[in-house]
Amino acid sequence: MELNLSDQDAAFRDEVRAFIAENYPQEMRVPNPETDLTKEQSLLWHRILHKKGWIAPLWPKDYGGPGWSVTQRFIFEQETSRAGTLPPLAFSVTMVGPVIYTFGSEAQKKKFLPRILSGDDWWCQGYSEPGSGSDLASVRTKAVRDGDHYVVNGHKTWTTLAQHADWIFCLVRTDPSAKPQAGISFLLIDMKSPGVTVRPIITIDGSHEVNDVFLEDVRVPVENLIGEENKGWTYAKFLLGNERTSMAGIGRSTRYLQRLAQIVRTEISEDDPSYGEFIKDIARVELDVLALEATELRIIAQMSRGIDPGPAASLFKIRGTEIFQRITDLTHQAVGNYGLAIREHPVSANHFMPGPDYGHTATEKYLNSRKLSIYGGSNEIQRNIIAKAVLGL
Amino acid sequence: MDIQFTEEQELLRSSIQRFLREQYGFDERRKIVSTDEGWSRKHWEAFAELGLCAAPFQESSGGLGGGPLATMIVMQEFGRSLVVEPYFETVVLAGGLIEDVASSEQREALLPSIMEGEAIWALAWSEGRSRYDFNNVTTTARRQGDNFILSGTKAAVVGAPWADKLIVSARTSGDSRDRHGVSLFIVDRHSANLHVQSFKTLDGRRAAELALMNVEVPANQLLGGEGDGVVALEACRNRAIAALCAEAVGAMSVLNSATLEYSKTRKQFGVALGTFQVLQHRMVDMFIALEEAVSLMQHLNLSLAAREPNGSKLASGAKSKVGYAARFIAEQAVQLHGGMGMSDELNVGHYFKRISSINVQFGDPTYHLMRYAQQS
Repeated sequence: MELNLSDQDAAFRDEVRAFIAENYPQEMRVPNPETDLTKEQSLLWHRILHKKGWIAPLWPKDYGGPGWSVTQRFIFEQETSRAGTLPPLAFSVTMVGPVIYTFGSEAQKKKFLPRILSGDDWWCQGYSEPGSGSDLASVRTKAVRDGDHYVVNGHKTWTTLAQHADWIFCLVRTDPSAKPQAGISFLLIDMKSPGVTVRPIITIDGSHEVNDVFLEDVRVPVENLIGEENKGWTYAKFLLGNERTSMAGIGRSTRYLQRLAQIVRTEISEDDPSYGEFIKDIARVELDVLALEATELRIIAQMSRGIDPGPAASLFKIRGTEIFQRITDLTHQAVGNYGLAIREHPVSANHFMPGPDYGHTATEKYLNSRKLSIYGGSNEIQRNIIAKAVLGL
Repeated sequence: MDIQFTEEQELLRSSIQRFLREQYGFDERRKIVSTDEGWSRKHWEAFAELGLCAAPFQESSGGLGGGPLATMIVMQEFGRSLVVEPYFETVVLAGGLIEDVASSEQREALLPSIMEGEAIWALAWSEGRSRYDFNNVTTTARRQGDNFILSGTKAAVVGAPWADKLIVSARTSGDSRDRHGVSLFIVDRHSANLHVQSFKTLDGRRAAELALMNVEVPANQLLGGEGDGVVALEACRNRAIAALCAEAVGAMSVLNSATLEYSKTRKQFGVALGTFQVLQHRMVDMFIALEEAVSLMQHLNLSLAAREPNGSKLASGAKSKVGYAARFIAEQAVQLHGGMGMSDELNVGHYFKRISSINVQFGDPTYHLMRYAQQS
């Protein structure tokens, strides 16, 4: 589906498309970019976009954004995801960046924003804890003021790519006596600080994406506090709003759907009992994608007229993740007996993987995508948000 | 229709349960899976000592005469403990085929070593493009004097890297999709010109791609009638499905109790997860799915034990219904455990993966739904 583009926007789209075609690093075209690239490899595209001035579409021009309209931002998002490029690290550019330029001090902006744009600093997110998954307000990690420092103790978990991170932004409890949401602060912590330990968590697909982060008597300078003490919940919610709108994943779903259709056409003969079922299932998912994309376009049109979609954005998280899970499920079924095989991690050419190349990531993707309906606020929580904030129930 | 187990069957079940509880905890299993071999001969020998390898075979073959219900009991308990040793491949698939179609000389030569836990077997029927169709065989076997010469490739053969012996389907006549003309051969896994390329499966087992490059097989290693392989495999599939459904039910029951337990203890927003109505209803649906699966699984096993006709249609029905139920339970168990459900450390994800693997073997739930429909 295409937006009805003005000549100017159409020219912009062509420019983006050509830029990707000419500049996206071949080295990053691996079977599963999310798990198969080294830190340096995954930053290649980031650095190219930075040089071009396109690394932070969301950011205001003053802070290094490209100054695009809502429509241009959408076009850029659509083109990059359709082309299968690895998105720049969301924790840096989409999440902590906007928090810093919206609520941070001048000194913080000066110190952190340029290094986020350049990719020199890799950020991870210290939100979840063993006792607080979707219930973020229950964070227990403590920060106690001691002169010019906070002393932080606690345990963060499911921290994505913390093994690469230079910095972590954390929700910490600074007032244990206040109501849960009222006693939380937003703190930036240098991962090289003494007392920070990262322990890998291996997930069911065998990959190492997430980690435990232990904080033991970590001394954090007070100048690393964002905004005011005990106001962290406001900043956290602001950040989560940005996370949810980017979860529709139309481009990714479209690409995986095309590959699914290719696998079905190649592997399954028309007289196979399940051929017709695959065709129906693919059509159903295609319509789901089409409807979500049309909804996204409708919201984009409203946003360019200045209307904020508000909590309805949760529907993108719900449907986007459900659709992608369904596609990975069908792809796993489509590869038939080879759905028994799974790549060994870390990925290496020494491990034999049977069957046609396009099926090699089918199993791990099916397993890995189970996380989508859990993280970023589980889909049950997203439904509660819509029930409460949209429907008034 | 609930099965009332005989004293003998109860004894079988409690002896497996005791052994698995004491010797096959989740940590022990993890150790076994992470060895180079990927399975434990020590545990396998203990299974044989408990009589599990002889349990289903007829007394006339030297077995304990337990039939499909004995297999069901074993597999259900193995499902509960995620046993990786190749009982399904050796006893259910190969043992079942040998008992069903082998000559009396072959039975006498082969079954004792299976029942005593000495020989490990694997069944190589699938090929790169065969999907779940037994007819679709391009591997050929041509007669040359007292031998057959086998050429072709077999795909995703579970347990092949562990096996001493393989049963291989190959075409002795007809075109690549003909129902008639497929024959079964007993092939030594260490035969000359047989190349085995191993890989790990998602549920922690080992499988292999087989390349047969003019493998010589003595003519007396033909299993069953020449050209009758598909019929033999179809009967084998019914037994296989009955066993896999029992295993799935075992795994599903563990997931349901684990999820229920977790929902009572895990607190979010100041209350136990289980107090949220949306999650209560989800767990009610998981409960219903398991009850239905248990019923259909038992119905299939009873019907096989009674040698009722239409076994193939009922088997497809059960594979589909139990498979969908298992997938639902597995996905929801992960979902309701949240991040922990995604971690390799917790057992939940491993049950999820075994169920995903069961759903692939011998045809997925959709394939069998359509097969069931075609036989109606």
